Amino acid sequence: MQFKFELEGGNFSKAGYASSQIKKVLKQLSIDSHIIKRVVVALYEAEVNVVAHAWRGIVQAEIDADKISLILQDEGPGIPDIDQAMQEGFSTASPAVREMGFGAGMGLPNMKKNVDELKIESKVDEGTTVRMTTYFSVKGE
Amino acid sequence: MEDTKFYHALKIDKERCIGCTHCMTKCPTGAVRIRDGNASIRKDWCVDCGECLKACPTEAISVEQDDFQKIFDYKARIVLVPTVFIGQFSKYTTEEEIISALYELGFTHVFHVEFTADMIHREMLRQMESMDEKPVISSFCPAIIRLIQVRFPALVDNILQVKSPVDATATYYHKVLEEEGVPFEDIGIFYITPCAAKIAALKGAEGYSSAIKGVINMDTLYNKVYHILKNRPKDYKPECALPPALTKKEMRWSQTGGEAKHFSGRCLAIDEIHNVIEFLERMETTTEVRNVDFLELRACDLSCAGGVLAVANRFLTAERIMKRSMKRDKAPLIYVSERKEALAYLKQHITIPPLHPNPKLRYEGNIEEILKKMEQVRNLMCYLPGIDCGACGSPNCQSLAEDIVRHEAQFSDCVFMQRNMEKHGKLDKEHAFRIVEKTWGKDRLNKDCYKKGAKYEGR
Repeated sequence: MQFKFELEGGNFSKAGYASSQIKKVLKQLSIDSHIIKRVVVALYEAEVNVVAHAWRGIVQAEIDADKISLILQDEGPGIPDIDQAMQEGFSTASPAVREMGFGAGMGLPNMKKNVDELKIESKVDEGTTVRMTTYFSVKGE
Repeated sequence: MEDTKFYHALKIDKERCIGCTHCMTKCPTGAVRIRDGNASIRKDWCVDCGECLKACPTEAISVEQDDFQKIFDYKARIVLVPTVFIGQFSKYTTEEEIISALYELGFTHVFHVEFTADMIHREMLRQMESMDEKPVISSFCPAIIRLIQVRFPALVDNILQVKSPVDATATYYHKVLEEEGVPFEDIGIFYITPCAAKIAALKGAEGYSSAIKGVINMDTLYNKVYHILKNRPKDYKPECALPPALTKKEMRWSQTGGEAKHFSGRCLAIDEIHNVIEFLERMETTTEVRNVDFLELRACDLSCAGGVLAVANRFLTAERIMKRSMKRDKAPLIYVSERKEALAYLKQHITIPPLHPNPKLRYEGNIEEILKKMEQVRNLMCYLPGIDCGACGSPNCQSLAEDIVRHEAQFSDCVFMQRNMEKHGKLDKEHAFRIVEKTWGKDRLNKDCYKKGAKYEGR
């Protein structure tokens, strides 16, 4: 089952819509609640990243019987040094974004912690694509 | 669909139900459907919050209660009075007047429900120390417990395992009377309830104590007490023993913020079930709700003062309780009472067994089958109008699509689809008419001048 959501740079009030919709679907599928929590945390962080740094982006989700694959593609400044960005506490967020309680430099590390696979491709001044995959182990099976 | 152990106190009177959509659109778990001109509640999804009752314009939904005469089956007839009951009366009615009226009705003992609130508070603090999962959620409101079991099963372990005040107080006074030598079978403890959820919880299989023999609806008892008060001579001075007085904290325990105020860290008090749902949804998806230590969640607006069975306006009730609770002693009387054995007994029996999730499952089958059904729903949604009119008898288009996939409704139940099918010659007019009658009842499309708002209403 496929889903697609749009993200708008700078609009934090809408960040979280995709994660909330995906959460509802996973709940209906009776996926283990710990797995749901991890997927939702990772997706929410990824949404906030796009909103905080990029100009616009899309979330694509594909849910199969055994896994969920998430792709977040944005048009934005890109990440010059991905290894550096993966470090806890490293942040390029603007003071305005930090004031809203975001930009602590935990986004990417948190995403990595909460999914089974994470791949990031980025081109400076063009944009970033994040791919995340999580496998389900369904309760009672 | 898995059978649920939930006991439900909400009943629909088919004679009174006019099959409108008020209850259906208000239900926070989407458990109401209209079929054959009547509302029906899906038992496995209902959490007994009473929103449907509040929304019903024809008083067709009621809360089941015990016959008042049942109190006379017992020699010791104890009534547990919640503060909200006192708050039904204005400041000109004294506590003595209210309590003397309860004795006049036949009760032999009158006690305050919140008498054990401080004990409960201590136990909550004790349990919180060893709980890793934050935020900790209060077990005060039974509708909230059920809501979490049904809609937020992952949060079940965050709920404290402490008895509600009525349950704890019943346990305590039962022991007190036993100690006084009253035979077990003679003890009849009755509770005046402001809501349906408390009855459902007391009668359900949720591990509550069996010390309570019956439940009386607050509106019923209010009428009885008010009748007595109104018929007393003007200079009547009631004389009766008063139950041990409550402290300010105890009196305000059932008010919004009554619990949250007494915990340290980040504590939030949220009332009204839709507000609670919105908050918990947010908590599950965003990191916005961080480092919250304690959640006091109540299903009714203004907590128990807003219970469906309360008679007085909830804002007035809340204000009266605030006023009545001022200038009170700070020390809870339960500790100075000579009933040390009952106190020790309650201390050992103040917990409830662990709660279990009871998730609302939309579809049966394994994950592949459920995915297929969800795809079918998404396909159906391409056709349904998305205006959520409820004319099909389901609360919104999404629910209708889900009902269709579960074979509980038909595509042609949607009035928009009917027009479409008629246009393309797939449905004749007579058939369309029969479909509408099946949802809304026979003769429903006829003129009726006696309905609410029509010219002969009430004649």
